[in-house]
Amino acid sequence: MSHAAEFERDLFHPAEEPHHPEGSSTMLGFWIYLMSDCLIFAMLFATYGVLGTSYAGGPGPKELFDLPLVALNTSMLLFSSITYGFAMLNMTEGRQGATLGWLAITGLFGLAFLGIELYEFAHLIHEGATPQTSAFLSSFFTLVGTHGLHVTFGIIWLVTLMVQVKAKGLIPANRRRLMCLSLFWHFLDVIWIGVFTFVYLMGMLR
Amino acid sequence: MSAAGHTGHGHDDHDNEEAHGSRKGYWIGFALSAVLTAIPFWLVMGRPLTDQATALLIMAFAAVQMVVHMIFFLHMNRRAEGGWSIMALLFTVVIVAIALAGSLWVMYHMNANMMPIHDMSRME
Repeated sequence: MSHAAEFERDLFHPAEEPHHPEGSSTMLGFWIYLMSDCLIFAMLFATYGVLGTSYAGGPGPKELFDLPLVALNTSMLLFSSITYGFAMLNMTEGRQGATLGWLAITGLFGLAFLGIELYEFAHLIHEGATPQTSAFLSSFFTLVGTHGLHVTFGIIWLVTLMVQVKAKGLIPANRRRLMCLSLFWHFLDVIWIGVFTFVYLMGMLR
Repeated sequence: MSAAGHTGHGHDDHDNEEAHGSRKGYWIGFALSAVLTAIPFWLVMGRPLTDQATALLIMAFAAVQMVVHMIFFLHMNRRAEGGWSIMALLFTVVIVAIALAGSLWVMYHMNANMMPIHDMSRME
């Protein structure tokens, strides 16, 4: 009886089945999530590409966009990318205080980015360029707003992880979570390259 | 001194090495990104070239900067996760290219053919 049970277990759970340590597949899984997120942005870029010239008699990019402001915004996101990199380097070296410090600086740059973006949106809406004005503005607010929403959730996630690291230290689970957020954060910067190039810079050329 | 501890090739820290890069790598990535961002903004704000040349150049700069971010910030390489990361990325790039090019192509031609004042007799 016990012999048969053992035989069955060996049959369904072969001894040579590779052992997967906890969290070993998290990074690949998260990467695949990011790729699916990339497809969402591709659809929004395609929508903007198709509708971006339908002004419906409303204002166009040249009247609306303020390139120095966009350049400032871009630099905020770029600075936050390298400060997050420094947080990761300190994490690898096991320096909890420095990791938290760089994470806090990253969060502040993220907040500055969001603040500037919200100021820009408020300015546009104040000028009467609302999402309802034209297909161009609908697709603009959807694309740029979705990116901004991602940054917002990234900051919430960042603060959550700072609390986690503070409470439990740089344990393997927290390191894994910080690595996932690192991918997320740098991925958003890659998307922003597409946004400032195709939406803002190309818009000024029309 | 900072990255000195991560040059070892033990099986255990192979994950760390690929996932974090080095201080130097981040600075190189940052410097390249700053240059690759500043030049397109200057091209559009100063307008030293024709519109078409500017458009082509800034798209090229964006493509290069995306690759720079992938290498120096996202630490992509052909070995990460046993090659599955790059496979997922390539698959996504193909889908994104089809979706973008297909949408723009189809909608551009539909738009052109739906123009009310367009001379349809010359369309073939």
